[in-house]
Amino acid sequence: MSENIENINNQKEEKNKNLSRRDVLKSLATVPVVGAFFYGLYKKKQYDKFLKNSILEEIKISGEAPVIPITSPDSKQIRLGLIGFGIRGPYLARSAGFAHPEYIDSLQKSAMENSNDKRYRDYLEQEDLNVVVNGVCDVFDIHAENAQKAAANINREGKDGKMTAFPKRYKTYKELLAADDIDAVIIATPDHWHGPMTIAAAKAGKHVYCEKPLTWTVPETYEVVKAVKENNIVFQLGHQGRQTESYFKAKEAIEKNLLGKINLIEVTTNRNDPNGAWVYPINPEANPKTIDWQQFIGQAPQHDFSLERFFRWRCWWDYSTGLSGDLLTHEYDAMNQILDLGIPNSAVSSGGIYYFKDGRTVPDVLHTVFEYPDKDLTMMYSATLASNKHRGRVIMGHDAYMELGNTMNIYADRGSDHYREKINQGIIDPDLPIYSFVPGRKEVDAITSPTEQYFAGRGLLYTYRGGKRVNTTHLHIKEWLGSIRGNQKPSCNIDEAFDEAITAHMGTIAFKENRKVFWDASNQQII
Amino acid sequence: MQIVKKEIRNKKRGTRNMKKTLQYSNAQLSMLVVLRVSIGWHFLYEGFVKLLNPNWSSVGYLLDSEGFLSGFFETIASDPNSLAVADFLNMWGLIAIGLGLMLGCLSRIAIISGITLLAFYYLSHPPFIGFKYAMPTEGSYLIVNKILIELFALVVLYLFPSSRQIGFDRLIFGPKS
Repeated sequence: MSENIENINNQKEEKNKNLSRRDVLKSLATVPVVGAFFYGLYKKKQYDKFLKNSILEEIKISGEAPVIPITSPDSKQIRLGLIGFGIRGPYLARSAGFAHPEYIDSLQKSAMENSNDKRYRDYLEQEDLNVVVNGVCDVFDIHAENAQKAAANINREGKDGKMTAFPKRYKTYKELLAADDIDAVIIATPDHWHGPMTIAAAKAGKHVYCEKPLTWTVPETYEVVKAVKENNIVFQLGHQGRQTESYFKAKEAIEKNLLGKINLIEVTTNRNDPNGAWVYPINPEANPKTIDWQQFIGQAPQHDFSLERFFRWRCWWDYSTGLSGDLLTHEYDAMNQILDLGIPNSAVSSGGIYYFKDGRTVPDVLHTVFEYPDKDLTMMYSATLASNKHRGRVIMGHDAYMELGNTMNIYADRGSDHYREKINQGIIDPDLPIYSFVPGRKEVDAITSPTEQYFAGRGLLYTYRGGKRVNTTHLHIKEWLGSIRGNQKPSCNIDEAFDEAITAHMGTIAFKENRKVFWDASNQQII
Repeated sequence: MQIVKKEIRNKKRGTRNMKKTLQYSNAQLSMLVVLRVSIGWHFLYEGFVKLLNPNWSSVGYLLDSEGFLSGFFETIASDPNSLAVADFLNMWGLIAIGLGLMLGCLSRIAIISGITLLAFYYLSHPPFIGFKYAMPTEGSYLIVNKILIELFALVVLYLFPSSRQIGFDRLIFGPKS
């Protein structure tokens, strides 16, 4: 046996020694193909680089994440009061660091069931904003109790966790605003309460974070602005989209004139589920004893106690501002942030109650067209609550158009004068973006592969890149708190809020009165 | 193709594991080498595309997975460390396998690694009835797709080796005639 092996080894050695020229040639026969490969690779890279540089010559904008100013010069603890704790209230409280124990339990449970669900881990890692909740107020007992439980859950634990003492529950917002141990309030009540509560808070010297829209009626809009300014409080309106990275990049791209002359903006709302149409669940413990109905009504028209109206108040003009106030405002505020639109010259609206015939008075399909003759552009808002067809958000210029979501893509226009030469030379392909911004990506990539585009468009890259999700509401509250500490103006301050409210009211009045509504800028009046 | 018994190493094992050497005609050998080099080229280019794109990551591909291994692939994607390892192995694995196949260098290892990698790709996105993917495909597939065909082509190359005739393995392991 061992002899055999020796023989074989000897034979091998002999073979190796006797390598003929023929052997070497045959061994290396495919090396030229490898050479050809690298030559091909070099040519391809050169071509891509030429295309990229040719496009970059035009766009001169980096792909890096924008620098978003952070305002937090000192870390003085801020004492909060929570007013309104229905659906948005708990979300805002969580974003400030106060989650209901049952919410933590539900996150923990779904993390156990699905190891890919990182919401629990992300929530525990959410930055501590150095705030404390000293008072809560809600007209429904269960909601108020939930607010107390969330506020006491300072360690972000489940039902069996260690809580601090409950903060005081105030029966009315006025009592809460009179408290000495509260510096600032978060208001998440129905629309018809935003104005009166913000005015009262400002007069009491409390800083305000208020959910959108700013107001329910036009006259109170002026009063809110006056109260906020006179009392020198820090006011932030709850358009958390202000913190979206892609919006900052969109602003930069437009300032660098990548789109050419912008003439049309199309923004949309596309929802198709009961929750999206404001048909919220009714709490089984709700009744005239647990709800202070008169306080809910406030300045709204009198109406008999109604659970539908209490929980689904967005469906009635009596308490709501409809699609205009609830969803158009998000779209408008994004465009105002990016393009500094200001208040439009005119508005027309049309629509109707076409699907949710459940007794509501606000339309479920609405279109509003705003004209900006001084800027030579139109902004068109189109909404339906009964179709999910995604229509996105598009800013159209003569040279290019921009599709804006969490990612941002710019496509050259075939009829563009500016890009014509490069389109004709085949350097710019109008079917592919000349610029795309994907949050978390390392550098600008003018040549994006279709596959990557596909993934980016579906938010896969955005959500998981770096393993972290970004909660814009948390950032928006953080910015507000930083502004209070540094006595600065936050991004969605009272001036921006005024533009938002007036624009939304113009759309609503145009719909309700079925006429074209104008903004008289010199007299600051809607006519 | 003619199969010739050259040497019987272990008589006890019978004829099943006999050491066999395949003798190919020139045309047969040429086409085996062309197939090997082509698959190598494809691997190498896929590897370089990833290496040269600073933004490349397998994360989208992994998250798009369907089928019985999708949980496994999504777990890799959701942890930055395991994702970094998967990205590294994928990128450099493709390049090493590509070079191995093209040059006929350690080609048995290259082929087995290539089959393993392709099996992962196939199992992460099997074209089964009812599975839908975000990633667009350039053709129409039912159960059999181009990944599976490339995988079987590598199995064929494993069974019909050519690197000790044309390739570096001739220098490393000696020629087969």
